[in-house]
This record gives sequence, C-alpha cells and structure tokens, in this order.
Amino acid sequence: MKEITYLEAIKEAMDEEMARDPGVFVLGEDVGVYGGAFRATEGFYEKYGEWRVLDTPLSESGFTGAAIGAALVGMRPIVEMQFADFISCAFDQLVNVAAKNHYRWGAATPIVVRAPYGGNIHGGAFHSQCIEGFFFNVPGLKIIAPSTAYDAKGLLKAAIRDNDPVIYCEHKYLYRRIKDSIPDEDYIVPIGKARIAREGNDVSVITYGAMVHTALETAQLLEENGVSCEIVDLRTILPLDKKSILGSVKKTSKVVVLHEQTKTGGVGAEVSALLSEYCFDFLDGPILRVAAPDTPVPYSAQMEEAFIPQTKDVVAAVEKVMRY
Amino acid sequence: MDIKREDLLRLYYYLKLTRRLEDRVTSLYHQGRILGGAWTSNGTEAVSVGYGYALEKNDIAAPYFRDMGVFLIRGITAKRIMAQYMGKKTGVTGGKEGNVHIGDLNFGVFGFPSHLADNYPVGTGAALAFKIRNEKRIVAACTGDGGTSRGDFHEGMNFASARKLPIVFICNNNQYAYSTPLRLQMAIKDIAERALAYAIPSKIVDGNNVVEVYKAAMEAYDIARNGGGPSFIECKTMRMHGHSEHDSARYVPRELLEEWKKKDPILTMEKYLMENTIAGKEELDGIDSQVKKEIEEAEAFAEESPYPDSEDCLKGVYATPIEEERGI
Ligand SMILES: Cc1ncc(C[n+]2csc(CCOP(=O)(O)OP(=O)(O)O)c2C)c(N)n1
Ligand SMILES: [Mg+2]
Repeated sequence: MKEITYLEAIKEAMDEEMARDPGVFVLGEDVGVYGGAFRATEGFYEKYGEWRVLDTPLSESGFTGAAIGAALVGMRPIVEMQFADFISCAFDQLVNVAAKNHYRWGAATPIVVRAPYGGNIHGGAFHSQCIEGFFFNVPGLKIIAPSTAYDAKGLLKAAIRDNDPVIYCEHKYLYRRIKDSIPDEDYIVPIGKARIAREGNDVSVITYGAMVHTALETAQLLEENGVSCEIVDLRTILPLDKKSILGSVKKTSKVVVLHEQTKTGGVGAEVSALLSEYCFDFLDGPILRVAAPDTPVPYSAQMEEAFIPQTKDVVAAVEKVMRY
Repeated sequence: MDIKREDLLRLYYYLKLTRRLEDRVTSLYHQGRILGGAWTSNGTEAVSVGYGYALEKNDIAAPYFRDMGVFLIRGITAKRIMAQYMGKKTGVTGGKEGNVHIGDLNFGVFGFPSHLADNYPVGTGAALAFKIRNEKRIVAACTGDGGTSRGDFHEGMNFASARKLPIVFICNNNQYAYSTPLRLQMAIKDIAERALAYAIPSKIVDGNNVVEVYKAAMEAYDIARNGGGPSFIECKTMRMHGHSEHDSARYVPRELLEEWKKKDPILTMEKYLMENTIAGKEELDGIDSQVKKEIEEAEAFAEESPYPDSEDCLKGVYATPIEEERGI
C-alpha cells in the first residue's frame, strides 16, 4: 500500500498500462517533452519515446479522429484533452464516428479520452466546464467520472482495457487535493458500477465527481442533527448503474441529486426521471436537484462560489426533503 | 510504369462491375425496391477503381460515399452490397446501415461516416499505428471536393504531414458538392493547392482515366510505404447523375454534361485497351457478360435474403456491453 494523489493515480494507471501493453499510447497537446498541462504524462516521453507519447498539432478533431483510426487497427490510444472544454472541437469525431462504429458496422473503437473538467479553479467559461452532459445523450459512448484516487486509477485502467470509446472525466479540483492508499498490485474498478460512498438510512444523495466530497461534508454536518445520509457515487455516468440508484432510494425513500454540471438537461434530470419511472411508490418526498445554475461558468471567486453547489446548498436540500 | 495486361483487364472489369451495380441500384430505386436513397459514382468510377486497385491486401481504405469500386475491389461482394441497399440481414452491415455506408475490417475498409472528410483524420490514425508498429502498410483516404472545405480535411492532412505518415489522400473532384459548383466552394483553381499548405506533394490527374489514377496511386503508395510521407491526388472528373437519384441536377449546364459524356471512363478505357491491342471487342464483351451475370445473381440473392429481426435494433451499441437494466 502507498498513498498517492488523484493525479498520481491517473499517471500510474497510464504508466502501468503502457508498460503492460505496447498498443497503449498517449496523444494530445504538450503531452511529450513538457509532460502535459497538468503533468499527467511527466516522464513518459523519456520512458516510452516520441512515438508512444505524441505531441500533436492544436487540432482536437484531427487527433481524436486519428486515435479512432489507430484503434480500428488494433491500438489503444489515450487522448488527452488539454482542458475538457476543448473536447467540443472533437464532438463530431466522438459522436458520429467513435460512438457509432460498433453499432453501424461492427468495428470496436477502444479509445479513452481524458477530459480534465470542472470548476473551482478560477478558470472561467472555457477552462471549467463539466462536459459530461454534452455526451450523455450519445449511445455508444461510455462516460466515467471518478471521485477518489483509488477509483481514478482503477477506472482508468478499466477504460484503457475496455473495447468501447470512453470519456474519462477527471476533476481538476481533485488532482492534488485528495489522496488514497492504493494497493501495490494491479486492480481495476469496473465500468458501470456505482459505489456507496457512505451508508445511511434517511436520504440518498446521488452524485459523482468532486461533488461526492461536498456530499460527504453535508452528511458529516447533518449526522450531528440526527439525519443519516447515504451517498451514492455514480462513478459511471453512461450507462447509469440503475440498480444501485434504485436500490439506495428504495431503502431511504428520499433523494437529493447533486452535480456541478448545469441543471437543465443534466445527468440529474435523467436520474430524477428514472426514479419517478421506476421508484415512484417508494418515494416519500419530491426528488430534489442541487446543480449549477444555467449560466456559463463565471470567473470571479464570488460568482464562481455562487455557481458551484456548496455544502450549505446540499444541507438545505436535504433538510427540505426531510420535512416530508 | 508498365501495367500487366491482366491488371488492365481487372481494372476494366471493376469499372464495369461498379457501373452496372450502380445502374441496377438506380433502376431498383425508381421501382421503389431499395430502401432509402441511392448515391452513385456514375461518371467518376475510375477514381475509386484506380486508387482501390492500387492498394495491397493489408492496406486500409478510408473511403467516402462515391467509392463503390473500392468496396468491390477489397472483396465486399455485389451480393452483400445489393442486400445492404435493400436493408437485408445479409447486407454488409446486417441492416444497421444502408446503401453506401459500408465498412468491413475483414477487408481493410473503414466505415464511411456521412460527415464528409471525417475519414481523413481517421485514416491518418491508422497510418500512425502502422508507423508506430513499423509495419509496411499504407492508408488511402478519400473525400469529395465539397469535403475539402471542412476542418477535418485540413486537420487530417496537417497531422499526417507533420509526422510523415504513410497515407495517401485522394480527392474525387466531380465539380459539385450537391448543387454547389466549385466556384462557390473555394477561390482556388485546383484543390491540390490545399495540399501545398501542408507541404504535401500533390498530383492532378484525369479522373476519368483509370490507368492514370491507378499509376498516380501506385507511385504515391510507394512513396508512403517507403517512409516518404503523405501525398495528395486530385482526380478531376464530373458527376454525371444528380447528387443522389432523387435529384435531376437541373443546376448543371447541359453542355458540361455533354462534354464529359465523351470522356466517359468506361469508353476511355475501352478505347485504350483496343487501340493498344490489349484486348479486342469480343474479350471485353465477355467481361461484360460476366459482370451482368454477377449483378443478376446479386439482385436475386438480395431479394431472397431475409430482413433483420426488429429486436436486432437493440444489439451492438457497445463492443463490451455493460450488464444493462440490472434490476429493472
Ligand atoms: C459535414 C457534412 N455536411 C453536409 C453533408 C450533406 N451532404 C452529403 S453529400 C454533400 C455534398 C458532397 O459534395 P462532395 O464532397 O463534392 O462529394 P460528391 O457528392 O460531389 O461526391 C452534402 C452537402 C454531409 N454529408 N457532411
Ligand atoms: Mg463533389
């Protein structure tokens, strides 16, 4: 066992998979000599050489398309978006090519697109977005979003070994802020399975990514008031682990859905719909959503704090649903 | 470069096969016997036949939708293509896709995504894999003149050139993108000028002359295979039908069509073969009879083939499916 950060977990996962499988390679902007904007590939260039750690032109559609083509002939590329926000430039290749190859003509496309996402880092509208919603409505893609260092490593390894295109949402705010003890042996965390981050009986808080930590703080505070929160960390956003979501809510009968993504048409909207469709008889109160407002991500600290759901917002939502 | 007689006759055979297959599809379309639309390469067959025939078995084709010759040459049979057009289970994609949206990795053919020029970066990626793995394989990627204004056309070529990848970019310049003529698509005279911006050597060929296309492709493939990096081949030709068979192409001046009719790629090849005493009329007629028979058999096969089951609609979204709907 050793303690590593979320960012180190990401780096270790790639490093170990590259050492294990010569088909795995990394491409993206400044991932080579420089080691990546967030240093996720530091030292890789020296270790694996310029043909497995490729600095690309500033050309998201071009290098994402290239990753797809390499995957079609047996490689397992990892695409690094410098910031998740720039994935919009590769939207067509991901949505129309990668996601549909297998369904349309039976060709597997094992690519991983690493997307450093999320706010709370004073990055403004183009360096803070949650991008999972852009792709949530695209069958054929898998979307994962780890909240712990342990999951960051295990899920990334699973994604690299998976035969489908996976968008790996890594939260920038967590990079150096959280740590976990990680086993020395190889392990994976399966795609498609949520995790109960904290057990509880009174209300389920369903969330993912950095908001898991906000939910944990909420649970801690409310415990003092005698409210027991269960926290469901989705881990995989597409496809959703419906069994875990429904299982928790059937137990608690009350639910708050929490995410940093903006509210309208977000993951929380789908989770809410699922619950009302399959779990209505078990509910003892309205399904409440806590999410960012429907605005671009603002820059100033005061406004960004108002934009990103805070512990107090989640506490208020839980207290509200507890009144039913 | 000398081309063997046998290869010249194969080129002729594939020109004929492509033409007759698509002519039949056109008739079936007008009879309401295929599903959806029909996009043919009529008048431009020499492009796909020429660049497709020059590929080696282990190479990859990343085609676009007027590349019927490539599909046939790579080994995707007329039977499977006809069934594809009818939306049958035996079609190339089992009914998941239609018409020219064809791909089959068993034959080294990447699927064609409608979004034009998407296959330029995708083809570039396969070339990158060959370079990483040190394999002597190459890629040919194709798009239409219209596709050359898209970002992916440029992003693919730029990346391939910066890394000197083994890929050859082909452009079927048939002078129109749907109804839009070249002059409204771009201010340059030759599309090949676009390759210049990426330091990619280019060649402009008569896209109605299959021998010329084939030779240019062979030369470019050879350079790519031997580490010389990408090339660009602009094939100048003319789309002789509408954009698809529903389109009468009123917007194309009749004189232009008359002029190009004289340069028909099949007539051009017949003339070449006979004038150079490579083959006589009788032999060519023999090839044509064989082609006709093949198309008849393909149609019968497709007609008799079953339709897919409606439940197949839910299958194949993922290569590694996740145990779905657990507990629901
Ligand atoms: C990105 C994109 N936009 C629009 C279309 C719709 N569309 C299909 S074919 C076509 C014209 C294509 O022209 P060109 O690239 O010259 O190919 P051609 O049909 O002439 O062979 C258009 C606009 C498309 N397939 N892809
Ligand atoms: Mg055109």
